[in-house]
Amino acid sequence: MSESKFNMSASPHFRDKITSSNIMLMVTIALLPASAFGVYNFGIQALLMLIVTTVTAVVVEAIYEKAMKKPVTVKDFSAVVTGLLLGLNMPPTAPLWMGALGSIFAIIIVKQLFGGLGQNFMNPALGARCFLVISFTGPMTRFVYDGVTGPTPLGQLKAGEVVDTMEMLKGTIPGTIGETSVIAIIIGAVFLILMGVIDLRIPGTYIVTVAVFVGIFGHFANPDIAFFDPTYITAHLCGGGLMLGAWFMATDYVTSPITKKGQYLYGILMGVLTGLFRLFGGSAEGVSYAIIISNLVVPLIERVTLPKPFGKGGE
Amino acid sequence: MALLTFKGGIHPAEGKELAKDKPIKELKPVGDLVFPVSQHIGAPAIPIVAKGDRVLKGQMIAEAGGFVSSPVYSSVSGTVSGIEKRLNSTGGRVDAIIIQNDNEYEEVTREKANNIDELSKEEILKSISTAGIVGMGGAGFPTHVKLSPKEPDKIDYVIANCAECEPYITADYRRMLEYTNELVEGLEIILRLFDNAKGILAVENNKPDCIEKLEELTKDNDRIEVVKLQTKYPQGGERQLIYATTKRAINSSMLPADAGCVVDNVETIINVYYAVKEGKPCTERVVTVSGEGINEPANFMALLGTSQAELVEAAGGLKDDVKKLISGGPMMGFSMFSLDVPITKTSSAIIAFNEDEVAAHAETPCINCGRCVEVCPSRLVPSRLADYGERHDEETFLKFDGLECIECGSCSFVCPAKRPLKQSIGSMRKTALANKKKK
Repeated sequence: MSESKFNMSASPHFRDKITSSNIMLMVTIALLPASAFGVYNFGIQALLMLIVTTVTAVVVEAIYEKAMKKPVTVKDFSAVVTGLLLGLNMPPTAPLWMGALGSIFAIIIVKQLFGGLGQNFMNPALGARCFLVISFTGPMTRFVYDGVTGPTPLGQLKAGEVVDTMEMLKGTIPGTIGETSVIAIIIGAVFLILMGVIDLRIPGTYIVTVAVFVGIFGHFANPDIAFFDPTYITAHLCGGGLMLGAWFMATDYVTSPITKKGQYLYGILMGVLTGLFRLFGGSAEGVSYAIIISNLVVPLIERVTLPKPFGKGGE
Repeated sequence: MALLTFKGGIHPAEGKELAKDKPIKELKPVGDLVFPVSQHIGAPAIPIVAKGDRVLKGQMIAEAGGFVSSPVYSSVSGTVSGIEKRLNSTGGRVDAIIIQNDNEYEEVTREKANNIDELSKEEILKSISTAGIVGMGGAGFPTHVKLSPKEPDKIDYVIANCAECEPYITADYRRMLEYTNELVEGLEIILRLFDNAKGILAVENNKPDCIEKLEELTKDNDRIEVVKLQTKYPQGGERQLIYATTKRAINSSMLPADAGCVVDNVETIINVYYAVKEGKPCTERVVTVSGEGINEPANFMALLGTSQAELVEAAGGLKDDVKKLISGGPMMGFSMFSLDVPITKTSSAIIAFNEDEVAAHAETPCINCGRCVEVCPSRLVPSRLADYGERHDEETFLKFDGLECIECGSCSFVCPAKRPLKQSIGSMRKTALANKKKK
């Protein structure tokens, strides 16, 4: 039989246009408003940090894959997303080498050693941030704003002080490079929702759970706060890493449940953990730990939330 | 009324505009006709002619090999030039009867039913089985078996599958427009077999002209209703269609009859009409020839056994840069390396593409995005089932209900990592089903 000029493959012969690289590229684009605001808010040091973490992540991934004789996959933009997210989670005043170290940790330890893209059991950027916070607690938790070292609004809230929620919405407050501006983060999130990259299940459930949790338990943490005090709840929602975490890190496909019901459960779990850490923990912030702990529970969540097959109880 | 549908599914490009307005055109074969003895699910038919025999159009050339089987008829008059292995559209080499056309189209004398209202149920079923009618939508399950459930009184619905959810194919669409009477009367004949059943003509809402025509024709018939389905793939999947129209969900170990339903597709029902009313065996069908790689997309009334190459030729031939040939629809059809294969009872379309979306991207690792879970009409987790399949972990595959997959391919369609999910799940299913049979 002569060689056929027609391609052979199993059906379906149609494929959707979307690719994994497109998705990662869209996430990168969606992070740009928060990145730009971070640079505006904190200056050139913030820009340098973002560049260092992103470039390091990409270069380290390429070197590792070359060394391991694996196909180099940096063109898929996943390392860019990891590096950029880590940068956005760094205090602007942290030394640049620390950002680079974080990126190396994220790519090598959290991602590649577990098998690369799709195999990491926790969000690489958050894993690296937690590693840095534990290793270099001082520089990683010192926040300087307008030349003054002071507490973040969440810190003030924990100390029972009054905070300005308008400033928190805009983002003109101390914090990590990318977490301060709610508006900039939401612009990116809306873009991702419109492009069909993320949906409201995880971030929506997460944010609502935090609101309900602090609405109820805020009073127990600080008796001066009334139940469901709107200003207090708003401050919690806009403060710290909740918005960046809920929209950009909790929604990381690889480390969140694949089942719909599981996504709701995962959102609730992160919300409760974040509330617990913030109100009753030693530190004012709790988003990073809440997310990576929830990451670890994902296999269990998936097991109990498997959909019922059609015709076997499912429709 | 709200559109009926199921959960999950996808919206691939429809592509139906290419051939939708092309009326069904008769096509006379030029070369030899090839009749595989197995054009259906079940035992192959057994040849009853020998090399050198002269046969007439409408003459049985192979008889049913059992109850779950179906006879094969010659679609032309001519001489049997051999019984040999020939290539079929799924790439296999199968036993086939070859007939040299004498272009006389001399037909056997048919026994027409004088008054079909006087036919008994047994007579109707016999006409259908004798005529060699099988599920012509693509499955090829013998129709008389489908229409003989254990308890016919428990059938509540006879559903005419007029969804035609596969992109590009317009054969059923043209049939519905040009053979509306035959379709409705065919459904009425089938309803005669089931005293307690209602007939449902389930049409996707991208065919408003068909809906209008069918509604007009059935407005005085209390037993038949036309329902509108949301245009979504795989709306015409048997389980999805039953759910959309009746809200009854069946699984892989059940038959539609277990949910009180019988489902038949447009082409099948029209062939039932001709078989019962005119004693005409299954010797032709409508075939869409379409796709960006076809010069003049068309719908043909093709005689079974005609070479697919002749249909493509009649449709203006292939463009120069065709990358892929498909027998059937783009979602569930088979890619072909040659057009030198015959039209059979289940050939609904020949599609040619200038671009191959499958070859356009390399496979990358799963990123767990959950798109496959979202679209799976069987409510499974395709990415994981594909993993079990790829590592031949049959036990886990079965534990997570891999057998429930209907192989619609929606998961492969949406996968951003371009994994051949359906292929991995499908091969594992095949192995698992074979092993199950052995036990």
